Amino acid sequence: MALNTEKNTYTIIFAVGMVLVVGSILAFTASTLRPNIEENRRMEKQQNILYAMGVNSNEGSGDISFVSTDRVADAFQNNVFEQIVLEVKDGEIIKKMSRDEFLSSKAEGAGIEPYLIDGKKEQTKAKNGKSQFLPLFKGKQDDKTVYVAPMRGKGLWDAIWGYIALDENMIVRGTFFDHAGETPGLGANIKQRYFMDDFYGERLLNEEGTFKGITVAKGNNDPKNEIKDDHEVDALAGATITGDGVSAMIKKDLKLYLPYFKNLKTN
Amino acid sequence: MGLLSKKDAKLITDPLTDNNPITIQVLGICSALAITAELKASLVMGIAVLFVLGVGNVVISLMRNIIPSKIRIIVQLIVVASLVIIVDQVLKAFAFELSKTLSVFIGLIITNCIIMGRFEAFALGNGPWKSFLDGIGNALGYAVILIIVGFFRELFGSGTLFGIPVLGDPIDKTGVYSIGYENNGFMLMPPMALIIVGLIIWVQRSRNKDLIED
Repeated sequence: MALNTEKNTYTIIFAVGMVLVVGSILAFTASTLRPNIEENRRMEKQQNILYAMGVNSNEGSGDISFVSTDRVADAFQNNVFEQIVLEVKDGEIIKKMSRDEFLSSKAEGAGIEPYLIDGKKEQTKAKNGKSQFLPLFKGKQDDKTVYVAPMRGKGLWDAIWGYIALDENMIVRGTFFDHAGETPGLGANIKQRYFMDDFYGERLLNEEGTFKGITVAKGNNDPKNEIKDDHEVDALAGATITGDGVSAMIKKDLKLYLPYFKNLKTN
Repeated sequence: MGLLSKKDAKLITDPLTDNNPITIQVLGICSALAITAELKASLVMGIAVLFVLGVGNVVISLMRNIIPSKIRIIVQLIVVASLVIIVDQVLKAFAFELSKTLSVFIGLIITNCIIMGRFEAFALGNGPWKSFLDGIGNALGYAVILIIVGFFRELFGSGTLFGIPVLGDPIDKTGVYSIGYENNGFMLMPPMALIIVGLIIWVQRSRNKDLIED
């Protein structure tokens, strides 16, 4: 019996069947692989935070090598000596929590490891007029305390994010940037060493202590980035919008931490 | 090619030269322009398309007699999309680093017109083995052009190949930069991909006059 593939009933049955088959294959793959994928994501976050702090396996000058996945859990334990969570609303810290307090908190978005805080959800909470949770990771660099804060913003195509290590004067001691889908060779280069390393030593505050941020600037006549107090790093060719996204993300997200760092100095 | 009959071998070699998907059929231009600023990205994209087109062509070919013609385009899209998602998930679980490099291409693979084009023009009317060869051949033809374009764009745009500086340091002025050479930032812009593809088409057609249309 030859199959009459032109009939409407056949078409509908085929479509339904296909949806069921494809749907179950995809659902099956997704649920089987989920534990692996989540574990990978967790390790990636730890690696990123450690990288910003200066804990990495870099060898050459162009390298970006994280602490290897089998050592990352230990390294995170040993290098991040304190994780704190700030609850911020309208630019004011309303609560400061330790990791244990945050883990046992019942609030929306709480009750997880601070490094797993979903930046996107927290930003939505802030937009809706609620308070948001901001994690901060304390570590040591040359015997000085550095504070690693996460950032999240928009690039040209998709989300960009990163971590920045600051000392108590909000001077940059390390960065890590990543992106979901910036153009390879252009915007994707925010993930390159030469771009990230430019931020080292840049100041977020001016001499009066006002928050200035760091601008990814075109034509700032300082391609080697030797001037460290101009609040500018050299932009990437062909990646204007990604660069602007990085500037905006630094200005917006790190400003939220300003009250914490101000407090740090007065104490 | 002892394994393949002459006809089968042609399925692989034709798309590499006289029936190249990019330069002759002018398909897949969008991704050729988006990702060729770097040689590595071009290579990875080539491999990804090779996989999806090879497997996808076989799947469509196996289903060719039962697909209702009214909804065949949707069926083809579902096949590509699911293949790509499965690959993406497997990579995320077992090769996380690689999946991060690939993430940007996932969406681009689904929209690649070469894939839909081969499903529609070849796999729907031919057996699985022939379709597989056709898929591999077209993907290779696509990859070759991507790699050529990526080579020139990365070399003249950034002075590097696979991320390794080959022309010296542009900031410390070593290598060719010491005699006044500068990287051409314009090479990094998408339009240059089209200009290079245009040059390839020019070279190809001037060597083989049969390809010139009236």
